Amino acid sequence: MAKQVVEVDRVVIRFAGDSGDGMQLTGDRFTSEAAWMGNDLLTLPDFPAEIRAPAGTLPGVSSFQLAFADHDITTPGDQPNVLVAMNPAALKANIADLPRGSDLIVNTDEFTKRNVEKVGYPESPLDDDSLEAYRLHPIALTSMTVEALKEFDVTKKEAQRAKNMFALGLLLWLYHRPTEGTIEFLEKKFASKPQIMKANIAAFQAGWSYGETTEEFSVQYEVKPAAMQPGTYRNITGNLALAYGLITASHQSGLKLFLGSYPITPASDILHELSKHKRFGVMTFQAEDEIAGIGAALGASYGGSLAVTTTSGPGIALKSETIGLAVSLELPLIVVDVQRGGPSTGLPTKTEQSDLLQAMFGRNGESPVPIVAPQSPADCFDATVEAARIAVTYRTPVFLLSDGYLANGSEPWCLPEVDSLPVIDPDFATKPNHQAEDGSEEFWAYQRDPQTLARPWAIPGTAGLEHRIGGLEKADGSGNISYDPENHDRMVRLRQAKVDAIADTIPDIEVDDPGGDARILMLGWGSTYGPIGAACQIVRRSGVKVAQAHLRHLNPFPRNLGEVLASYERVVVPEMNLGQLNMLLRSKFLIDTYGYNQVRGLPFKSSELVDVIREISEQMEESS
Amino acid sequence: MTTDAFPALSLVPKTDVEMKAKDFKTDQEVRWCPGCGDYAILAAVQSFMPEMGLKRENIVFVSGIGCSSRFPYYMNTYGVHSIHGRAPAIATGLATTRPDLSVWVVTGDGDALSIGGNHLIHALRRNVNLKILLFNNRIYGLTKGQYSPTSEQGKVTKSTPQGSLDYAFNPVSVALGAEATFVARAIDSDRKHLTEVLHAAAAHEGSALVEIYQNCNIFNDGAFEPLKENDVREDHLIRLEHGQPIIFGNNHEKCVIRDSDGHLQVVNVEDVDPSDVIIFDSHAKDPGLAFGLSRLYNPRTLTNTPIGIFRDVTHREAYDRMAQQQIADVIESEGRGDLRSLLHGSDTWTIN
Repeated sequence: MAKQVVEVDRVVIRFAGDSGDGMQLTGDRFTSEAAWMGNDLLTLPDFPAEIRAPAGTLPGVSSFQLAFADHDITTPGDQPNVLVAMNPAALKANIADLPRGSDLIVNTDEFTKRNVEKVGYPESPLDDDSLEAYRLHPIALTSMTVEALKEFDVTKKEAQRAKNMFALGLLLWLYHRPTEGTIEFLEKKFASKPQIMKANIAAFQAGWSYGETTEEFSVQYEVKPAAMQPGTYRNITGNLALAYGLITASHQSGLKLFLGSYPITPASDILHELSKHKRFGVMTFQAEDEIAGIGAALGASYGGSLAVTTTSGPGIALKSETIGLAVSLELPLIVVDVQRGGPSTGLPTKTEQSDLLQAMFGRNGESPVPIVAPQSPADCFDATVEAARIAVTYRTPVFLLSDGYLANGSEPWCLPEVDSLPVIDPDFATKPNHQAEDGSEEFWAYQRDPQTLARPWAIPGTAGLEHRIGGLEKADGSGNISYDPENHDRMVRLRQAKVDAIADTIPDIEVDDPGGDARILMLGWGSTYGPIGAACQIVRRSGVKVAQAHLRHLNPFPRNLGEVLASYERVVVPEMNLGQLNMLLRSKFLIDTYGYNQVRGLPFKSSELVDVIREISEQMEESS
Repeated sequence: MTTDAFPALSLVPKTDVEMKAKDFKTDQEVRWCPGCGDYAILAAVQSFMPEMGLKRENIVFVSGIGCSSRFPYYMNTYGVHSIHGRAPAIATGLATTRPDLSVWVVTGDGDALSIGGNHLIHALRRNVNLKILLFNNRIYGLTKGQYSPTSEQGKVTKSTPQGSLDYAFNPVSVALGAEATFVARAIDSDRKHLTEVLHAAAAHEGSALVEIYQNCNIFNDGAFEPLKENDVREDHLIRLEHGQPIIFGNNHEKCVIRDSDGHLQVVNVEDVDPSDVIIFDSHAKDPGLAFGLSRLYNPRTLTNTPIGIFRDVTHREAYDRMAQQQIADVIESEGRGDLRSLLHGSDTWTIN
């Protein structure tokens, strides 16, 4: 029977279950199907730090949220329209986010007395009226999956494990999605285990058919493709885009890529990804610790590689001394910090923006390091290429501040034309650059380029340029050890001036101020771009005038930033920290900026930023 | 000197100019204390360098922090004076990415075994093509006289007025424990022997750890005197030579045997059957004998101190060679990567 198809402009789905239930995979597959249909989309995985927390407990709940729409969206949604809860723990952990009237699909098989009590429900919420406000769909996902697979040569446990595919099939049916991509995916994933492959495909199809035949769902939903700029797209996570950005920078500079790294959540996927790309000459080195990871990278940079180290906040703390050495040696080095909740071990799998000041100041001495931050998963690609450009051009370590949300979240990426990508010139030194008093030619390792103030990059193997560098202060020009007070003062200022000079080559910050007469500016950096943008769009619909600007370069700032800030009556700086950019802005520009801060380990909800903008707008109305 | 003597350096460009020790001296004033053992080591290294027959620009010295770590400033090669303990890590990145370089690490007992212990053992474990010269003076010199991880227990220093409590590290034992493929010990004042050891280290493919006993005449003067003074030296030193019975002493009166429990023991030659004297084998795969020999000495009196090459084996391939090979193999079998197809992946859609 053909069911009614209802058209909607935007859907937010959250899959939630045990960390062993395959929720991330289920979400990924749904994402691929949505992308295929040409929807704009954004995803937000949320999983525990424990690999397998005890089954059925609240700490073990893993979820994956995705928003897909027929229009340009910038966040994975504040609240789901449909929640799939694979067990009581998943229900309990997520129900508060589900708006009343939304669809709630629960796996009834898991709502046993024991499981229900384990998470503190006095009795099964399916049996009382506590879920009355929702469109509850109680479905025996596990037993129906097992039933569907009874003819297959798989164990009961294997059959039960396929329940996520049953759920995926059902959801794809509900949202009118094609199935071919997932079948192809399963064929590939389980190519070496044909029985498991067949079982998963059968479970997937059973879920789809269940939706088609059951009376449980009276309508299907459809989300039309979004009107996106023409181009070829793929779906991409931040960590993958970042890894591709590194390979691209290597390609565009002609420098071999070397990654020195130590495994750490949420950055390890970059190491995994790069280790797969030896065809591009990429060398990855899993070091004995964070310090050796960056040490090896710095050594590779000295040898003329495009050198990178990847980590998260705790790793940066360990690498600080070597970053300082890189500042002193003035060698190119990309330091990737995929930020997570801190301090200390903090929240390994949750997101935060609290390493900005660590990146800015977390070293001994006057030790300036440029900082670049991507604003969305796909933007990790461009931000990485930009970080490489700065590192190589200015012979300096550069911080690339991603975060856990960008790392694991995904969105469609409009693929760049390879020919249009920027070229990075390593400009190695090949000959002496100074005349000694006796008239002979010699090489001065700290003779700077007058424009960029960058020093020459002379790599071992270059005859006649043998030189020694180190962490001790160097004489301006020759690079020999110098303890001279005036020289040290000059070198400290030169290193700062070099980093400041990068502002000459970065674009002015652009302000999105449709009417040109807003009095409030929302200024962000990093992954808050999406929620801030969504909030601005929402309040503008109700007539509130608000401008948005987003910083990619945190050090140095774009040249026009001070002017932009001064032209708004109220500058609001939302950050997932206690006001780190805010502190930098206030100290640099002496402007009374207003911080809005949350450190919950989760991205901002656009709705809460909407409230912030409205409140400030109303205050300003009242006082004017 | 033919370059065939240095299989480890087969990928490093050779010089066609005759080099001399003075070609490896820089114009920088050497700033060690007068009388420091480092001068002798510097001279030995500078005069050894031409023997490798390499282009000077393809030689790099990397050091950490400490008196010995000033070494690169005095070598007219490429050089990096890095940070405390990290030289093996930095050198690993350099050596792994640049097989055309001869990479040397200069470090001290504090730098290598205290703050940098982790990097040292892992560089040795991986067998990265590095030649690590560990200057052991059993004291912290640059920070003016605190005890080090190789100081004998009970040492009275500025930071241990009642005597140090730590048990000392034996660098050779540590290196063998990490299964280093080349481990040797030499003495700053014995230039001929030191040069022989440097030669063997340079020829070795993989990590080489050379412990060099070095006198700090300011804070730990005479630490190795029993190994240097003419009349007592041979009584203390066990000169290890591959394929030779381990016999030593002023009158060759002492030897090393295995007792009935399998432990090594120093006994009088005249008390044992000559066939019981251990024939030293530096090429043995098993590091057991070398380790046993490293444990013979008395750290306080330095009696029974073996010097020479404890271990020199080739069955472990060098890390950097393998790392380069993996990349070459993938490119050979799959071809070079194409950036456009990488970025596109397998799952794209087009909007017109």
